[in-house]
Amino acid sequence: MSRLRSFLPHLVLAAGAFVVLLPFYWMFLTSIRSPAEIFDVSLWPIPKDFSAGENFERAARQVPMARFMLNGAIVCFGILAVQILTAVPAAYALAKLKFPGRKLLLTLVIAALCVPMQALALPLFVGLARAELLNTYFAMMAPFFLSVFAIFLFHQSFRSYPDEIIEAARMDGFSEMEICWGLVLRGSLPSLAAFSVFSLVAHWNDLYWPMIVVTDINLAPPPLGMLFFADVESGANYGALMAGAALITAPMLVCFLLARRHFIAGITMTGVK
Amino acid sequence: MTRQSLDIKGIGKAFGGDDVLKGIDISVRAGEFISLVGMSGCGKSTLLRIIAGLERPDRGQIMIGDTDVTGMDPSDRNLAMVFQSYALYPHMTVRDNIATPLRMRKLSLSARMPLVGRFAASADALKDIDTNVVKAAETLQIAHLLDRKPAQLSGGQRQRVALARALVRSPAAFLMDEPLSNLDAKLRAHMRDELANLHRRLGATFVYVTHDQVEAMTMSNRIALMSEGRIEQLGTPSDLYQRPANLTVARFIGSPAINLIPVEIATNGAIGAYGRDLGIAAARSHAGQVATLGIRAEDLVPAARGLQVQVERIEMHGADRFVHASLVADASHQVTMRLAASEALPSGDDGILTLGFRADRTHLFAADGQRMAEPSRRELVA
Repeated sequence: MSRLRSFLPHLVLAAGAFVVLLPFYWMFLTSIRSPAEIFDVSLWPIPKDFSAGENFERAARQVPMARFMLNGAIVCFGILAVQILTAVPAAYALAKLKFPGRKLLLTLVIAALCVPMQALALPLFVGLARAELLNTYFAMMAPFFLSVFAIFLFHQSFRSYPDEIIEAARMDGFSEMEICWGLVLRGSLPSLAAFSVFSLVAHWNDLYWPMIVVTDINLAPPPLGMLFFADVESGANYGALMAGAALITAPMLVCFLLARRHFIAGITMTGVK
Repeated sequence: MTRQSLDIKGIGKAFGGDDVLKGIDISVRAGEFISLVGMSGCGKSTLLRIIAGLERPDRGQIMIGDTDVTGMDPSDRNLAMVFQSYALYPHMTVRDNIATPLRMRKLSLSARMPLVGRFAASADALKDIDTNVVKAAETLQIAHLLDRKPAQLSGGQRQRVALARALVRSPAAFLMDEPLSNLDAKLRAHMRDELANLHRRLGATFVYVTHDQVEAMTMSNRIALMSEGRIEQLGTPSDLYQRPANLTVARFIGSPAINLIPVEIATNGAIGAYGRDLGIAAARSHAGQVATLGIRAEDLVPAARGLQVQVERIEMHGADRFVHASLVADASHQVTMRLAASEALPSGDDGILTLGFRADRTHLFAADGQRMAEPSRRELVA
């Protein structure tokens, strides 16, 4: 009975993991199968006809995969840099400085968390169109520069930084910016890692917004590029399509694995799920 | 060491309509060790933070030497503060922690930057800082810990690093906010000694906040006892012990706590408790009042006549014994007597003991808590 009790959670978690991982496994499986086997329902990892080379080669040759990846990297890191530059001082001020209206501002931040991106899409699109900024990197990045989620996450983590260290720093002559970046953010590196992973993954995988503001294939980030790719091939070669998908998923996987420890520490520490 | 006097003039502060400080005046002489003591919430920490510049007073003035620093930023006041939690920078080594106050004052912003700073700072300035850091570390016997991180140190060692960081900048005065309260009892006693020694050696001005009257009594030149945002008494430790200005001070200072007995003053000035004449008299002008008589534990002695008590428990403290007893006239009222361990306790089989005291060793407090003229001895009226 007690053996069962200790196994049961593992069993449930394993079942959950299986459900989550299956599509990825299927993607990888399809990417190494030949066209003849694509619709085979077997989960057996070794295809009869090993076509990985062919599929990946096609994916890399027929579409400017490197270009998509570069676009994705420019957009993601551009967004992340501005998000951190704006959210860290804002979160520090909300967490550690005393000023009138602080509670109200914090409430607004939390309220803004509830506004979905889609609700703002139309005005943003019209604005960008009027400013003739459609089909630019800026159009893909601008709506995400100010992240209330980042402010909230950093606020939660900065709040636990000891006040006495901040006061000691003030007596030693640190400026508020030095305290914010050099001490408080330094003490919250796990949250920074967690947020970076959240932000990079979300924007790397985002299809919705690039599809609205970008029609130029040279500016397309990976998911939009894949869509163009699928159109060009008009559904003919799923093996190559999945090979492309596997290629664009890989950087995110690496990114998560590198930051895994900090990521987990970051989300458990700040109580954000 | 550039020691300076410190003048606190009419400082008042309110938090959300709550008066935390109600006009505090203290004049700290250069080189003096002054303690601010009181229960938590009495305003002592707020006062220290106002001196440091971490909090702005609503009114009043802070002077360091001849300079008015009331509106200055904390870093411009040249004060060093030691915090209760030590507040060491967790990502820096001990060496960098101690060097930080000097770096902040002697190096430009560009020279403080990580990596590039190494090229922007002059070699002389860096060498000078390092010499001072090593000297401060040696003073506090932590030179062997310079390359460790704070997380690798024990509480006592962290305390020393915090002291070294304060020391290194040669401040006008040291401010300490309950620096010993996170240490265990033995280490606390040891650090108390060291702090007192450090003060003597440096001859610096110290303002020391504590809720522990023993720390205040043992280290200070003078003590300011605070309660509810006011100074109840400002004086030397023996002043506060031997001539407490009011009941609050009498209760706070001394361990075991002072014995307080409710008394009535008869028309002829005779002082009686629970209907018994105690053999002492107050000034005639106090006749007819209800008052409180305070007697220290060591001033109670077994005697032929006086207060009758029932012995309840005897506590052995090595050289001393504390005898805890209750009044026969009012069993709910406890008194404590301190006796040398060698002294016999002449209580009867029933545990009843009669305690006497000297009139000049008693303290009389009026109904409003203020000290009254000392009682005098008089012949007992049978």
